[in-house]
Amino acid sequence: MTHYLLSVHSVEGEAREPMTDEEMAQSHQQLGVLEQEMKSGGAWVFSGRLHEPATATVVRMAGGEVVTTDGPFVESKEHLGGFYIIRAEDLDGALGWASRVTGAIKVPIEVRPFAGFEA
Amino acid sequence: MGVGDAGLEGAEVGRIFREESGRSLAALIRVFGDIDVAEDAVQEAFAIALGRWPRDGVPPNPGGWITTTARNHAIDRLRRESRGRELLSEVAVLSPGGGDPGKPQEVGPVQDDRLRLIFTCCHPALSTQVQVALTLRLLGGLTTEQVARSFLVTEATMARRLVRAKRKIKAARIPYRVPEAHELPDRLRPALAVVYLVYNAGLTGAAEPDLCTEAIRLARILAALMPDEPEVAGLLALLLLTESRRASRTGADGSLVLLGEQDRSRWDGALITEGQAILRWCLRRDHPGAYQLQAAINAVHADAATVEQTDWPQIVALYDQLLEVAPTPVVALNRAIAIGELQGPAVALALVDELNLDNYHPFHATRADLLRRLGRHREATAAYQRAAAIAPTDAEREFLRMGGRASRRMKR
Repeated sequence: MTHYLLSVHSVEGEAREPMTDEEMAQSHQQLGVLEQEMKSGGAWVFSGRLHEPATATVVRMAGGEVVTTDGPFVESKEHLGGFYIIRAEDLDGALGWASRVTGAIKVPIEVRPFAGFEA
Repeated sequence: MGVGDAGLEGAEVGRIFREESGRSLAALIRVFGDIDVAEDAVQEAFAIALGRWPRDGVPPNPGGWITTTARNHAIDRLRRESRGRELLSEVAVLSPGGGDPGKPQEVGPVQDDRLRLIFTCCHPALSTQVQVALTLRLLGGLTTEQVARSFLVTEATMARRLVRAKRKIKAARIPYRVPEAHELPDRLRPALAVVYLVYNAGLTGAAEPDLCTEAIRLARILAALMPDEPEVAGLLALLLLTESRRASRTGADGSLVLLGEQDRSRWDGALITEGQAILRWCLRRDHPGAYQLQAAINAVHADAATVEQTDWPQIVALYDQLLEVAPTPVVALNRAIAIGELQGPAVALALVDELNLDNYHPFHATRADLLRRLGRHREATAAYQRAAAIAPTDAEREFLRMGGRASRRMKR
């Protein structure tokens, strides 16, 4: 089993191309069903949705001291909107879940393996 | 047959390894679950064979010898390393029924390890470029240096590319298995495309080792392993029929000879017969796909003793079908050329001018030829120049600068 991060990347401006209320409700419902299936299939480890990047704060070491600044860490148009951590037998298993997520929310999903979780 | 010491050279050992190592490598990857371990082991077996075979002769079953020798060396080496011992204990668990990779196993076609390997190499999570390189390296048994040469990159660049690809396969766990029936259409496409790309790379370049022969070998392996897939047979038929004309594609001076001007007596009759037989077999299954249709077009050409006797209506009908399954501008261009043979250059030119293929040199070469036939010489010259400017090989550039087909006709 390998652990995979399925990350949902949003692009500012075109983020969440306007969905109708009905589409939104449908998408939510699909995600709910999907998450249930992930859980009952033993694939789900964790998932979460993030507030917009403007809510981020960065701490870093500077001259031996911790300095706190307004975030985000990288100013970019693309940002992490949410993620799933799942367990799967192999990449095809992970891609299967990722395909269902992108099908529900119509935003590209990046699939990346975790290091050191192979067992 | 045990070849005696007389005349067995390193090059010959290398040739046998290239033929046999794909199968051994694939078996060892299954056993050890690790491409690098398998590659190193086959490399060691090669070093031993270089020392031993010229003296003792080639063993009766070279493939089995390579697999056994490589496997034993891998086990010895892994025992010496602690991480290796861990791997070995996993191997013992994973290896079903204690399958001995040294013994040639009687397995169904779908169980062949090379089939698993090609689907790993051609996984859609890898870029096309990497798919081709991995397939040539792992299944084709080419050295990294040979793969690098066929891509016109340095050996160091290719080595880095292969290392990255193998890291991704391992880290992301790209599976080592034959896709299930419902996945097969999606997964077969890149695998066939890779073989086709390898063949075409061989056609345009003068690469050594010969990539055309390599591609046909891969297509034969696929066709033997997946006898129920008409497109796999279609690809093999297409390559064999294209190959039948390869020798007559170039003139004595290395220049390009178009289909219409080729000496048809030089076409390879044995390859045509084989290609057409395979094609007839797969067309009977009535699941036409892009490779079968292209093979069928080539088969019609092969049937014609002269250009004039070509069954152009049949070819246009096949292009119509091809355009339906593969609606690309390149297919549309070739269809327009065939229509030109039936309805004249003006009709063809109107079709060609609708296409957006400005960076594709055959587009300009085709326009040039049609314009010339319409007597629009100044425009024809400009189109030849544009084609020559973007043609990939010297032979083609030279051919186009000379005004393509026109100048050759005048020379006669």
